[in-house]
Amino acid sequence: MISLNIQKRLVAAEGNLDLKLDLQIRAQDFVTLFGKSGAGKTTTLRILAGLADPDAGLIRVGEETWFDSREGINLPPQKRRIGFVFQDYALFPNMTVRKNLEYALENRTERGIVEELLEIVGLKNLANRKPGTLSGGQQQRVALARALVRRPKILLLDEPLSALDLEMRLKLQDELLNIHKQFKITTILVSHHFGEIFKLSNRVIVIERGKIARSGPPSEVFIGKKLSGKFKFEGEILEMEKSEVVYILTISIGNNLVKVIATEAEAQQLKIGDRVIVASKAFNPVLIPLKN
Amino acid sequence: MPDFSWQPLWLTFKLAILTTGALLLVGAPLAYGLAHWESRFKYFVQTLVSMPLVLPPTVLGFYLLLLFNPANMVGRFLDSTFDLRLVFTFEGLVVASVIYSLPFMVNPIQAGFQSLPASLAEASYTLGKSRLQTFWKVLLPNLKPSLLTGTVMSFAHTVGEFGVILMIGGSIPGETKVASIAIYEEVEALNYQTANAYALVLFSITFTILLTVYLVNRRYLKAF
Repeated sequence: MISLNIQKRLVAAEGNLDLKLDLQIRAQDFVTLFGKSGAGKTTTLRILAGLADPDAGLIRVGEETWFDSREGINLPPQKRRIGFVFQDYALFPNMTVRKNLEYALENRTERGIVEELLEIVGLKNLANRKPGTLSGGQQQRVALARALVRRPKILLLDEPLSALDLEMRLKLQDELLNIHKQFKITTILVSHHFGEIFKLSNRVIVIERGKIARSGPPSEVFIGKKLSGKFKFEGEILEMEKSEVVYILTISIGNNLVKVIATEAEAQQLKIGDRVIVASKAFNPVLIPLKN
Repeated sequence: MPDFSWQPLWLTFKLAILTTGALLLVGAPLAYGLAHWESRFKYFVQTLVSMPLVLPPTVLGFYLLLLFNPANMVGRFLDSTFDLRLVFTFEGLVVASVIYSLPFMVNPIQAGFQSLPASLAEASYTLGKSRLQTFWKVLLPNLKPSLLTGTVMSFAHTVGEFGVILMIGGSIPGETKVASIAIYEEVEALNYQTANAYALVLFSITFTILLTVYLVNRRYLKAF
């Protein structure tokens, strides 16, 4: 059980933000911190890891007190058994993949775990390469494996998959799930991706402007409140054609070109190059599964 | 050729090697401190370190001469406690050169430390490693290009030293008469041929060292 009750004033270019959180995380949970950038998610991870100090508060993990501003307790990161996967992976460029993992060992006799982890994340063949020669996905795996060497109690993941393409992302999500099951490790993830959150976490905590806005299982948090019978996309008008009584607008939405019908009244307010929202209410779209 | 001797040249390179070695020991921790220290006092130290870049060497040499003079407090203390005299001695030249070349070692290494992502050290801490272990095993090894630049610049700068040495060392053969001083004296005595010989040797050796280092460095950087 992690219980965290902290406050910290964050100074940012857009103005100060008071981070004030009170949350409990059960052991072996997979929790996602969700929110806009600048809401305080990464800072929360850093505070848990001991890389940033809260102004006041209490952090307890199991029976241990990691931080207590009243008692003057503040365990350094070295003494908090956490694994941290940084957004930029923070691999040591001067060491091979294997050496990156071995660096985390407390004593050299435990080398078995390094080989085991290399096996789990499928990096055996690349163990003697330097991180600079690896792809993003491979580097991400090294960072994940390295964070697990010390058998941490808590695994902290700061948007670990954000720099990867979709395919790699899906693959690594599966690996994260496996690792979470296998190591029974409490995991806290910072993520913006609904798919990822639904697939991985059993609880999501929505942070808005430094405060917890909602929390609960992802389906409750997101679908319960956000579901609406509406499709809404933003696009740009590329072409307008008059056809009989209506206008046909060609609109670019994302990577797609869409043709939409507009009435004459609507069309008169629009011109080519305008940005518009294309919304549709209460309709019944067709869902076709995508084959990989 | 009248009066040509390898001694001043040997002295120059001995001085440069010792100075560079001492600077590596002093410069790397100092650069680390300056890169991570957050205090107004930092800029005071930073300014002091960089002073030799703008100060005429004679000014620095003059102050050091006053400071190390056995008739003054610091000089007397060194003399009575360590039996160390720093004016008109080779040891004095090493100390003066370390101070004079400090920015050439500290500035590149400090820039190197500042360019390393903070997450490298942080990752090391979360893996249970102390600051010292992190410094030796993670930070320093990733600063090889900066360390190399600092080493080469300090070495070259010390070889080219003149004003500071003249002030604090004078020109005692075998003790403080380095090549740059010898050249000056030969020119003054109108022994152009000897001066030419010293100059040419100095030029060729330093050129070769710098060229080798840059070639090695280029290959090293490419490996990344």
